[in-house]
Amino acid sequence: MTTLDSSKEIQKNNSQVNETHEDFRMFGLITFLIADGMTFAGFFAAYLTYKAVNPLPDGAIYELELPIPTLNTILLLVSSATFHKAGKALLKDKNSDSQKWLFFTAFLGIIFLICQLFEYFHLPFGLTDNLFASTFYALTGFHGLHVTLGTLMILIIAWQSRINGGRLTSQNMFPLEAVELYWHFVDGIWVVLFIILYLL
Amino acid sequence: MTISIDPQKTNNESLQPKGWFRYFSFSLDHKVIGIQYLVCGFLFYLIGGTLASAIRIELASPMSDFMPRDVYNQVLTLHGTIMIFLWIVPVVNGAFGNYLIPFYVGARDMAFPRLNAVAFWLIPPSGLMLVASYFVEGAAQAGWTAYPPLSITTPQSGQIIWIMSVILLGGSSIFGGINFIATIIKLRRPGLKLMQLPMYCWAMLGTSLLVVLSTPVLAGTLILLSFDIIANTGFFNPVLGGNVVVYQHLFWFYSHPAVYIMVLPAFGLVSEILPVHARKPLFGYTTMVFSIMGIVVLGLVVWAHHMFTSGTPPWMRLFFTIATAFIAVPTGIKFFNWVATLWGGKISINSAMLFSCGFIINFVFGGITGVALAQVPFDIHVHDTYFVVAHFHYIVYGGTVFIIFSSIYHWFPKVTGKMLNEKLGILHFIITFIGFNLCFAPQHWLGLNGMPRRVAEYDPQFQFVNQISSLGALLMAISTIPFLINVFLSVRNGKNAGDNPWNALTPEWLTSSPPPVENWEGEAPLVEEPYGYGKKISKQK
Repeated sequence: MTTLDSSKEIQKNNSQVNETHEDFRMFGLITFLIADGMTFAGFFAAYLTYKAVNPLPDGAIYELELPIPTLNTILLLVSSATFHKAGKALLKDKNSDSQKWLFFTAFLGIIFLICQLFEYFHLPFGLTDNLFASTFYALTGFHGLHVTLGTLMILIIAWQSRINGGRLTSQNMFPLEAVELYWHFVDGIWVVLFIILYLL
Repeated sequence: MTISIDPQKTNNESLQPKGWFRYFSFSLDHKVIGIQYLVCGFLFYLIGGTLASAIRIELASPMSDFMPRDVYNQVLTLHGTIMIFLWIVPVVNGAFGNYLIPFYVGARDMAFPRLNAVAFWLIPPSGLMLVASYFVEGAAQAGWTAYPPLSITTPQSGQIIWIMSVILLGGSSIFGGINFIATIIKLRRPGLKLMQLPMYCWAMLGTSLLVVLSTPVLAGTLILLSFDIIANTGFFNPVLGGNVVVYQHLFWFYSHPAVYIMVLPAFGLVSEILPVHARKPLFGYTTMVFSIMGIVVLGLVVWAHHMFTSGTPPWMRLFFTIATAFIAVPTGIKFFNWVATLWGGKISINSAMLFSCGFIINFVFGGITGVALAQVPFDIHVHDTYFVVAHFHYIVYGGTVFIIFSSIYHWFPKVTGKMLNEKLGILHFIITFIGFNLCFAPQHWLGLNGMPRRVAEYDPQFQFVNQISSLGALLMAISTIPFLINVFLSVRNGKNAGDNPWNALTPEWLTSSPPPVENWEGEAPLVEEPYGYGKKISKQK
């Protein structure tokens, strides 16, 4: 009986105390992205070490064509801009505009993945051919996984920004902001990957 | 932007399961999650301890007569992995961190309660998976380091299960780390400054930074290793043109900070326990904070001292020797601060204090052998011998596990509202301390004389010293019995503790024992001087 009474009292107290705290969800996401970035840093470090100390055997094929990855870089950079447009539109309560920009961003992400797969099928080496090939597929594949997840999340928030019954409004921007930050992060990783893997 | 807590939601939270059932539920209460971590970790400690006993029984005689050699390899791999990833890391971070950090920052819960529960519930399945791998073609045999090419050439299924399990546990650890950083930085009670936080908060902040920065690298490395095993790639396989040393670099980039992930929280906990039982303020608060942050920074740049025999170039040896020796400075500062905290204090000799003092003694011994091991010529002499085994058991058992027991004795009254029996506690300490030193001190001698580690058979000239060591292990196994009896008796009919049996000043003692859901009835207290023993106590209230 006493426990019941005291728990009721706590509830009463809780409803009386109007407690607020800062929104730290974005802080948590940034911490997570730092951790995620460290995984890529590990892969990059391994790749660069291999490049420096492990010469490939004679006759190993490791040439990469530049057109598709350049197109992919442009696709991702444009998609970052369109995502930003979606956020701007939502801030002005133009939900349907925002939704259009989001679908366009997801579309660019899907084109990126298709281009990536196209490149995979036309490369002259397979996963186990040599050390360079293995590292190449591991790095681009892990990045592609991030793009896939990002595209799925964009489709989800695009669905949530629908006008009737959507959860995403100018009052509740966090889902969009979080996915946007993640998308920019994946973009940034691609730029680093493009420079290290294709240009160096 | 601010978020206001919806009273409707708060009421729903308190409709979560009550009584014993809540410890088996997806509870969001940080105190329940802390206990879940502790009990789950302790069960795995018993499994890992059983495996350790099996190792010591095998080593009581020079021949491999107790178990076949490949089973011995599986036992030592599981022992290392379980003790590190399922006992020490979850308990010293997850259990005490979840229980204490929200109190210390004056919050009602962790920053992300759902993520917190997810982080815990990743642990039991991955632990069970690891233990069950023994029944699937044999568990992993390559040691907890899983060095290739050994891990590639030993039976595959056990190694793959080991990798999956460690990646899941790493994920759990990262989620916990994100949560702790957000809680300590962002969820502090208004008016509470960073430099007023109890030392354990600083230790957990440093630990969580290490977790977030280094654990993902291990996950990435193990993904590459699993490709080597199942997809026949050659990242770490020299036969296919790969490079084993890259694995070692990436592995130790996580696993050296992992040593600090295991021991920094223990530093924090002992800094909470000593002032309470010595009735003196913590000596040198500011230097403690800077030493923790110094250890975090240095801890990230010393990993290659594990690899002095892996063909590291001379400049690398020089750099990593000097960096490692530098870690002795902040660690030494902390050691002297603890001694100075005890100096002239009104010390009560109880189980918590005894285990803390045991920690200081063991840890300084492990620290000295650590500095010795950082010197290249000495390291090459004792590399992969029992000297290394003795060194790290002095750090993780003599250091961290002693502090886990000390903390259990210290916070048991808060968690359950009952006191533990002091006589059984002191008995537990005496058997543990003697058993531990009997088990591991002789191993220094074994290592210096060249007995290799991780091998089931050895030269018969080492038999007598090994038997002393096995006798110590037996005592350590026995020491668990008074502890378990003590806990079970005290939970049922221990002496009532009251809210603050130690007259401590840190915030968790200012609420009832056991604390209510949401920690405080009304507003959280502002504790500006968590160590203000012997001065200005009136300011607290």
